[in-house]
Amino acid sequence: MSVEVRPHGGIGESYKRKEDARFVRGRGSYLDDIVLPGMLHMAILRSPHAHARIRSLDVSRAAASPGVVAVVTGELLAQHKLAWMPTMSGDTQAVLATDKVRFQGQEVAAIVAESKYLAEDALSAIEVDYEVLPAVTSPQQAMRPDAPLIRDDKEGQKDNHIYHWEAGSKEDTDAAFARAARVVRLTTHYPRSHPAPLETCGIVADVDPATGKATLYLTSQAPHAIRTVFALVAGLPEHQIRVIAPDIGGGFGNKVPVYPGYVVATAASLLLGRPVKWVEDRTENLISTGFARDFHMTGELALDEQGKMLGLRVHLDSDNGAFYADAQPSKFRAGLFHIVTGSYDIPAAHVSADGWYTNKAPGGVAYRCSFRVTEASYLIERLVTNAALELGKDPAELRLQNFIQPEQFPYRSATGWVYDSGNYPAALRLALEKLGYEELRQEQAERRARGELMGIGLASFTEVVGAGHGADFDILGLRMFDSAELRVHPTGKAVLKLGVKTQGQGHETTFAQIVAEELGIPAADVEVQHGDTDNTPYGLGTYASRSTPTAGAATAVVCRKLRDKARKLAAHLLEAAEDDLEWERGRFFVKGSPERAKTIQEIAFAAYTNLPEGMEAGLEGVTYYDPPNMTFPFGTYAVVVDVDRGTGQVKVRRVVAVDDCGVRINPMIVEGQIHGGLCEGFGIAFTEQITFDQDGNCIGANFMDYLLPTAWETPRFECHATITPSPHHPLGAKGVGESATVGSPAAYVNAVIDALWPYGITNLDMPVTPDKVWAALRSRGVTE
Amino acid sequence: MSEIGVRVNGREQRHEVEPRVLLVDFIRTQLRLTGTHIGCDTSSCGACTVLLDGEPVKSCTLLAVQADGHEITTVEGLARGSELHPVQVGFHEEHGLQCGFCTPGMMLVAAALLERNPEPTEEEIRWAISGNLCRCTGYVNIVKAIQHAARLRQKPAPPVPTGGAG
Repeated sequence: MSVEVRPHGGIGESYKRKEDARFVRGRGSYLDDIVLPGMLHMAILRSPHAHARIRSLDVSRAAASPGVVAVVTGELLAQHKLAWMPTMSGDTQAVLATDKVRFQGQEVAAIVAESKYLAEDALSAIEVDYEVLPAVTSPQQAMRPDAPLIRDDKEGQKDNHIYHWEAGSKEDTDAAFARAARVVRLTTHYPRSHPAPLETCGIVADVDPATGKATLYLTSQAPHAIRTVFALVAGLPEHQIRVIAPDIGGGFGNKVPVYPGYVVATAASLLLGRPVKWVEDRTENLISTGFARDFHMTGELALDEQGKMLGLRVHLDSDNGAFYADAQPSKFRAGLFHIVTGSYDIPAAHVSADGWYTNKAPGGVAYRCSFRVTEASYLIERLVTNAALELGKDPAELRLQNFIQPEQFPYRSATGWVYDSGNYPAALRLALEKLGYEELRQEQAERRARGELMGIGLASFTEVVGAGHGADFDILGLRMFDSAELRVHPTGKAVLKLGVKTQGQGHETTFAQIVAEELGIPAADVEVQHGDTDNTPYGLGTYASRSTPTAGAATAVVCRKLRDKARKLAAHLLEAAEDDLEWERGRFFVKGSPERAKTIQEIAFAAYTNLPEGMEAGLEGVTYYDPPNMTFPFGTYAVVVDVDRGTGQVKVRRVVAVDDCGVRINPMIVEGQIHGGLCEGFGIAFTEQITFDQDGNCIGANFMDYLLPTAWETPRFECHATITPSPHHPLGAKGVGESATVGSPAAYVNAVIDALWPYGITNLDMPVTPDKVWAALRSRGVTE
Repeated sequence: MSEIGVRVNGREQRHEVEPRVLLVDFIRTQLRLTGTHIGCDTSSCGACTVLLDGEPVKSCTLLAVQADGHEITTVEGLARGSELHPVQVGFHEEHGLQCGFCTPGMMLVAAALLERNPEPTEEEIRWAISGNLCRCTGYVNIVKAIQHAARLRQKPAPPVPTGGAG
């Protein structure tokens, strides 16, 4: 007789995803799938100019167009004090423009109509008279004394400067540079990219005219935080707002902020008493919401004669667009960029950052990134490789020489971070071994002798994720804890409610596995709910690789709380003292008599049927987890490229990834996250950029110009692991969703630079397109 | 309005449609088959892929009236009752999906590929799905999922996947 063993789904199992059942049948429920009775459709008129004064706006013809129910203008919103809204960085942003437009694609007016087609039709009937103003398209232009003033709406704003921010010690760093034998410099631009999830952003706003309750179906990675922001923006009582984030077709940071379209649709529903749907098209998504990066960076690394790093000095100018709307913790103006010393024991470091308004879309979201750690990781990893090549050292050797050593953890960095744990040499050595590094260097030498261009790139990144402890991390004052509520039903099945929200990361599986491990209830018997603010405990949402570090920890802690109560119940049922009981996954037994036991299911039943005197019924609890520190995932990525001398085409031959994200709850899901990040990093390195002409026209706002990698050119990834648990996380886990987008761009570009170094080529700004490589080679006299 | 006759997931139907309505909007709005998604509007991403007479087409780039007299298969038509199509099983078993938004289009392209080429090489799979973008998986496990489906097609009666099975 064969017995089918039902997988338990504990930690460490590559348990197949629970959410797949609906997705493979086409039965997911995404925002645009929602249809409500009487629902109207909204379309937005956007500015064709990057910078222009609005002389007049005439919507009369549009209002009379077939099927049009209402036209919303900034003037109408102003009557309700909604023409401007606060941003997540404490700035203001126009909801619908009233005075000027400040970037191409800015929201000017909205049509609400009986169908999507009729709403779009009526857009062309809106007449706007613009006085075109000169556009500012870079920080370098923005900082000129004679630059046009973009934010003349802000009292006291005399220039385009937004913030100045510093970290580390300038004095110590200057001293380090004064005694350096070598200084290596790199100036590079991390280009403006876009998360571009396949599903664009949208809302169905349903304000009930009878009760005043606003139900907002929203593509949101952070439904609770958004509810609070809406309460503050719209002055609606928070208990009268219910945000429901349905299935989300990818987020990557794009779906963290509040966008003007959300506010307009909600206002329209409030005014009209009918549900209003607005879903961006792809151009709107790329042109107006949540861009990423756009950092102009200069890094200098001071080294002694032997190659030991002494100091790091960085300045960056951030292109923030027309409104400072970065979604990031309030205390950190340039995000967590000051992790820029990376994996290296650099005794002195100083970072200075300036933010600038330009006539480009606002947003500054952390695209699959923990608040600018991507830009930091890119800069230091590029600098270290360039330093090695300048010193004539092997890039692997220089890294090994300067790594923070395993025994130095917890390690306090020169910019103030306390790294929790790491073993950087182990990850690098494993990557070199899997790659066959020595043989490849040999091959490279032989190819070079034949005039062929081959390069090997390394990046040994360190991230700082899991924001974060409430004392340092908040968004608009909201502390960045997260939550889990667990209810165990009488029959031993459970429902787990989370403050975070999946966009494809597999929370419905991974978090059930934590319960399976900690409370012994099989993962199949645990339903995970999330995304509905009326139905889940408060939390800050899913981004910055924070779900496992925060809500994952909360889930473990709430399970342990329930286990404490279960022990009391078991003692009652077994007529034994609590201290005489021992726990093994799924049951308590009497020490020395393992046959005298009660399973968690029996205990759960007793929690509702057979309680000891004085005990409350039920087996449920909630935990709000404030992490004591950030977690610091790390790893080494190694890339091999071949470059065509004639065309400048870069062919990625190998990608070897060694990731250490601490304990892996579901290795299959972890690896899937790494694959996705390596692919997105490949896109950033080689194909993706939001580009503008000198007038501020966005010239890459569709998928024919903004090139997401396809299966054809995407490399085959080879993934490996080391495991260094986080000492402060209850499960030892660190978070992994973003490691590969953070770490891989530098590895790809380092490989190209490694190939081109003999020709004196020390930098190519991403995306490293064939024309850039070709032009660089031609400028160095390579003619074939 | 124009009247069209289409066979959708095996069932003959007649519908009144506006001549300018895109096939994808017809499928999503009039047929209420929301497994077909809209991702880009420029036929670049493939989230709207359906099969027209068995061949993958991007339904954002066809008008509904062009489907008159043709057979349409959407993701909802892949399974036979409770029995999943091999590509559906493959995507689950090999973790070939994350957010699920590209998945219907990917699976339909895969199903069509396996009909005409039951044992495709990795290169052939990658070429076949190169008109469909995925932002989550890096394609590694999508390729494995299609290879898995190809193996299953050689055997009868694939198991119905549930959370954690296998």
